[in-house]
Amino acid sequence: MTKKAVILLEDGTLIKGEGFGYQSEAIGEVVFNTGMVGYPETLTDPSYKGQILVSTYPLIGNYGVPKNEKDEFGLSNNFESEKIQIKSYIISDLCEHPNHWAKNKTLDEWFFDQKIPGVFGIDTRALTKKLREKGTMMGLVKIFCDKEKINKKDLLAKIKKINYSEICSVKEASTKKPFLYKSGGSPKVVLIDCGVKYSIIKSLLKRNLDVVVVPYNYSFEEIMKFKPQGIVISNGPGDPKDCKETVEVIKSLMKTDIPIFGICLGTELISLATGGNTYKLKFGHMGQNHPCINTENKKCYVTSQNHGYAVDARSLIDFKVLFSNINDNSVEGIKHKTKNIFAVQFHPEASPGPTDTGFLFDDFAKMVYNYET
Amino acid sequence: MKPKKVLVLGSGGIQIGQAGEFDYSGSQALKALKEEGIKTVLINPNIATIQTDEKIAGKVYFLPLEVKNIEDVIKKEKPECILLGFGGQTALNCGVELNEKGLLKKYNLKVLGTQVKSIKMAEDREKFKETIESAGLKVPKSGKANTIAEAKKIASKIGYPVIIRVAYTLGGKGSGVAKNQKELEKIARIGLAQSMIKQILVEEYLCKWKEIEYEVMRDKNDNCMIICNMENFDPMGIHTGDSIVVAPSQTLTNKEYHKLREISIKVIKLLEIIGECNIQFALDPKSEDYRIIEVNPRLSRSSALASKATGYPIAYVAAKLSLGYTLQEITNKVTEATCSFFEPSLDYVVVKMPRWDFQKFEGVSKLLGVQMKSIGEAMAIGKTFEEALQKAVRMIDKGYEGICDFEENSTKEKIKHEILNPTDMRLFYIAKAIEKGFNTKKITELSGIDEWFISKIQNIVQIKNEIKKYELNKEILLKAKKYGFSDKEISKLKKCSEEDIRKLRKKNDIIPFVKQIDTLAGEYPAKTNYLYLTYNGQEDDIEFKKKKKLIVLGSGVYRIGSSVEFDWCCVNTAWALKKKGIEEVIMINCNPETVSTDFDVLDKLYFEEISVERILDIYEKENPDGIIVSVGGQTPNNIAGELAKNKVKIIGTSFSSIDKAEDRNKFSEFLDQMEIGQPEWKKVKGEKETIEFCKKVCYPVIIRPSYVLSGTGMKIIENEKDMKKYFKKIIKANNFTVSKFIENAKEVDVDGIGYGSKVFIAGILEHIENAGTHSGDSTMVIPTVSLGYYEIKKIKNYTKKIVSNLMIKGPFNIQYLVKEGDVLVIECNLRASRSMPFVSKMIGVNLMELGVDSMLDERKTFPKITYKNYGVKSAQFSYFRLEGASPFSSVEMNSTGEVACFGKTFKEAFLNSLAAKGIKIPVKGDKVLVLVNKNSDCSEIIKKLAKKYRIMTNEDNENDVIKLIENQEIKLVINLLKNQKSKEFIITRKCIDMDIPLITNKELAKVFSEMVN
Repeated sequence: MTKKAVILLEDGTLIKGEGFGYQSEAIGEVVFNTGMVGYPETLTDPSYKGQILVSTYPLIGNYGVPKNEKDEFGLSNNFESEKIQIKSYIISDLCEHPNHWAKNKTLDEWFFDQKIPGVFGIDTRALTKKLREKGTMMGLVKIFCDKEKINKKDLLAKIKKINYSEICSVKEASTKKPFLYKSGGSPKVVLIDCGVKYSIIKSLLKRNLDVVVVPYNYSFEEIMKFKPQGIVISNGPGDPKDCKETVEVIKSLMKTDIPIFGICLGTELISLATGGNTYKLKFGHMGQNHPCINTENKKCYVTSQNHGYAVDARSLIDFKVLFSNINDNSVEGIKHKTKNIFAVQFHPEASPGPTDTGFLFDDFAKMVYNYET
Repeated sequence: MKPKKVLVLGSGGIQIGQAGEFDYSGSQALKALKEEGIKTVLINPNIATIQTDEKIAGKVYFLPLEVKNIEDVIKKEKPECILLGFGGQTALNCGVELNEKGLLKKYNLKVLGTQVKSIKMAEDREKFKETIESAGLKVPKSGKANTIAEAKKIASKIGYPVIIRVAYTLGGKGSGVAKNQKELEKIARIGLAQSMIKQILVEEYLCKWKEIEYEVMRDKNDNCMIICNMENFDPMGIHTGDSIVVAPSQTLTNKEYHKLREISIKVIKLLEIIGECNIQFALDPKSEDYRIIEVNPRLSRSSALASKATGYPIAYVAAKLSLGYTLQEITNKVTEATCSFFEPSLDYVVVKMPRWDFQKFEGVSKLLGVQMKSIGEAMAIGKTFEEALQKAVRMIDKGYEGICDFEENSTKEKIKHEILNPTDMRLFYIAKAIEKGFNTKKITELSGIDEWFISKIQNIVQIKNEIKKYELNKEILLKAKKYGFSDKEISKLKKCSEEDIRKLRKKNDIIPFVKQIDTLAGEYPAKTNYLYLTYNGQEDDIEFKKKKKLIVLGSGVYRIGSSVEFDWCCVNTAWALKKKGIEEVIMINCNPETVSTDFDVLDKLYFEEISVERILDIYEKENPDGIIVSVGGQTPNNIAGELAKNKVKIIGTSFSSIDKAEDRNKFSEFLDQMEIGQPEWKKVKGEKETIEFCKKVCYPVIIRPSYVLSGTGMKIIENEKDMKKYFKKIIKANNFTVSKFIENAKEVDVDGIGYGSKVFIAGILEHIENAGTHSGDSTMVIPTVSLGYYEIKKIKNYTKKIVSNLMIKGPFNIQYLVKEGDVLVIECNLRASRSMPFVSKMIGVNLMELGVDSMLDERKTFPKITYKNYGVKSAQFSYFRLEGASPFSSVEMNSTGEVACFGKTFKEAFLNSLAAKGIKIPVKGDKVLVLVNKNSDCSEIIKKLAKKYRIMTNEDNENDVIKLIENQEIKLVINLLKNQKSKEFIITRKCIDMDIPLITNKELAKVFSEMVN
């Protein structure tokens, strides 16, 4: 028996659909993603914390959900974190009979187990167009039983009460205490975790770098105790301007000569640390098909992206634009004019998405190996 | 530096494995070059294509695609560059040969885009394997063989079953799966003979692995990306051209998708392709293991499909890349704001369905395998797989309303057999299997089709059961529509009329929504006019503005009897309408191999079904000024009546006139009234009545049901026994016309445009073959070569009489018989005909433009026709693909395409035309095998041929003959035997398998014997 569901946007738009997963209510920032594969990876990406995700691709759940198998470092092989990070999932066609050799559960079962509500039977293209035109909005998803009455006014009031910065917060997404992953290699990098995806850690380990994952608010002194030969500033949810503590730490780190690599939110934080500015995109870049060009050698890459904020190119000091988005010209990567500091808005670790820019980890590893403490 | 002049090679006549998609890709390439101010020269004898219009190509040579001719053109035109990647395998092979013979160097001709070195690396299996394996990537285990003995050795090393592949062929020609040594010998022999370099590859057979394709692009700066990937519904073992194909892939995880994507990019870099290529993978359904199966270093059927599936103009961009542009320098034509370097994101699912025409071929094996057998394909777009799949089933126009619309009381054993041994009907048997209680797992086990697909079919069957079982409330009706059920199918299940369902649906506000295809899944605003309809939606993407607008109905799926020629008619009509100032010209079509489905060709494109239901849906939303049904062949013509009944305004000839011409009985009555000659005829209902009539007029007779295209169900019947047999086979129709079949009569086609009471006769086409050969299969010549003055006069008079009395407004085609001064009408079509592109190009007047003048009630003075040349149009056959098929043409059309050549003399045009369809003209002293009946009057033919060739006959030792055929020492076979015995059939079939040209018609043989000397 299918359950009823509604989606309510802060502008008052009410859309009816059918519910799956857990019968409950969720409020979050409604964003869309245009990727056609990789829902297990996407949904567990901590950058989506606090968000309600709309999938433009209509057929979801086709290959089910795999087991949470761990690799030698204890990192999941199939997910980007230990749990579903989104608040809710809005899709068109839910697959009830998935098939894949690695399948463990259906999407419905997975959502139920993790107590997350989902909606299907929605014209996600129509919803996406609305978000595109009106900009990203807050919204509510509610799965309910037949008899229950929906009071739009009450629900709207609930949405209004929620503070975006609270739910899309790095604090929630970050590790509480430091954690060491030993690859067996000698150089050590410290990764400031703002909501890191496992694939970033794995990409570093694969290049024989030991990785210390530290909380987003770990102090400069504490970080330096690890004698890092490289610093990575991870991806994460929300508005970069809410991460004041991290920005301060980065300012100090930038005074050293330690190579620094920022990914996604990391890019925005580095920009802020140098006195640059960030702004909210009308609708975020969320998908696996975003074209970027390297402004130095003019090479083009297809990248996986998931960011709602961007760096203002005009505000950059000591930095130049390394990558730009071919579609809207926004900043997709920056590079320090003299130091070994660079950062990209997209996800070189892919997962989900194209693997074209994985070489950036090689570039970073080279810097780390060359760095003399 | 941009070149000033570029030579482009086309793909020749349409055949299985090389169809309309190359008109699309060639046209786009020519358009891309023209935009740059580059002069283009095209060689392509495919007369029915749009690319061979001079407004697309700068200069066109209708010549056989042979190196000798290409060299002549190069000498004359002096192009600086040549494009090889837009004319299928034919153009690619010509390119390789030009290079091998040193002609590229000799004429300093630069190859644009992918270089010959890369082509060879991709096409030569041994080199390919080496290249791929050297990069640490996987290809199937294999070995090359130049002899049968070598092949056996390799096969035993790999282990059976093995697949045999042939270098440099299209559509898997000559390939096959061998389960044991005996089968290997047989396939290897054919394969070795068909290979250009006498080499085959024996390969590990990856039975039941998933088959996945990637369309990949690369520019000169090494920027790479994929357009989309596609998943075959049918696993490895069935040629992708014969598979149902889904885009994007449905059962692949992120890891699998991106692993194969990453490999694709590695491969395109390795091969240094500039432009586009197609990469085929096999993917283990139980792990992430894979094999790279092959790379097509050119535009292909798959790339055309990918282009239509995503909205990304692959061929256009590939042509620009070959000129040295980079991907990011080229604008995305859909958004007009972004660039061409991005990977399309789809927010819908696409299903491609092949169309087979086995019923047209006697003796053909219907089993699907590694050799392609389908004639055409349709593409359906939906928001659920079920919706798209059911649409696709309807689009191939085989009379099925959906996958459950197949009534057969089959036993479980029969169903199991059908699933294990795939034919064109497997999909329907899978649905049947579910109805009979097979579980999805079992079906997957039998078929190798991923269980995901099977469970989707199960969903459809479940809904069918619900429709049958419950009252049709809003909920069930909506669900049925969301899963792609047509009103007609629902009405069949509920035993009511289609109209009842339509009414009920509208009463419940269940109407489909219009969605755009924008390459970006709605992420950016798009200016696209590329549209489809779905029930899985909540709003229309576009607003419907009141404008002067007209809809043109396309031809639908390509099949025998309706191919690229009707696309030519549709596109030219649409362009003519545009010229006339129609604000919005809307095309509806569902065939990805066409130019008409290029979204930038017209103002609006609905990639949709040509069905009454769907046309009405669109008509009601768009509210146009009318609809044109007469230029897309029989499919749109057939629904004209239903549309008219639903108050749709038909532009051009009125429906009552169409009906009068299409209904054989009404038409014959009309002819009688007009006192126009026709063979003795009678309208008959049943078998008894038919036989009585036949006795009276004497056999042979010709029998046909009303409303048919390309002779479906039409048959010449020689005696009463065969007539009884005919009635046993034909069940559907009950309305027939029988007429006396006139033997040894000449057949003549007249193409023209009616202007109500006035008529423009554009061409009188004389057939070389006598009546009895379907007009689509016959060789036609303009101007006539043997008709007398009075015969022509009579034909013209009759034509005028028919046109003015039927008040034809627009294109028409009338077929005549001429015998001993008598002129008899046999058929009249009030629509564009197959030969109109030929006639238009022959006389230099675009008949569609005149047709539009007439349809829009604009009078014009008629152009005067003078013939500077002879034009000969020949039919292109594809028997070589259709194992076991009898190559003796009958009233059922068998050809898959056509070619035409022109010449100062009839001889020049005739011989070129034969060569263009693949009958390589033997040179003096070659062996020619002539099979004739004793005491037949063929001695003249043999005598003439003997002047030039060494003639062998059925008197010669059979074993010797077979050996000569196997060694390809016989260069031509003329088989004119009346009744084929199995022995002669085997010989003839062998010739086809060995690629030896064949002539089976006496009149054609006669003209040939006269012309070669």
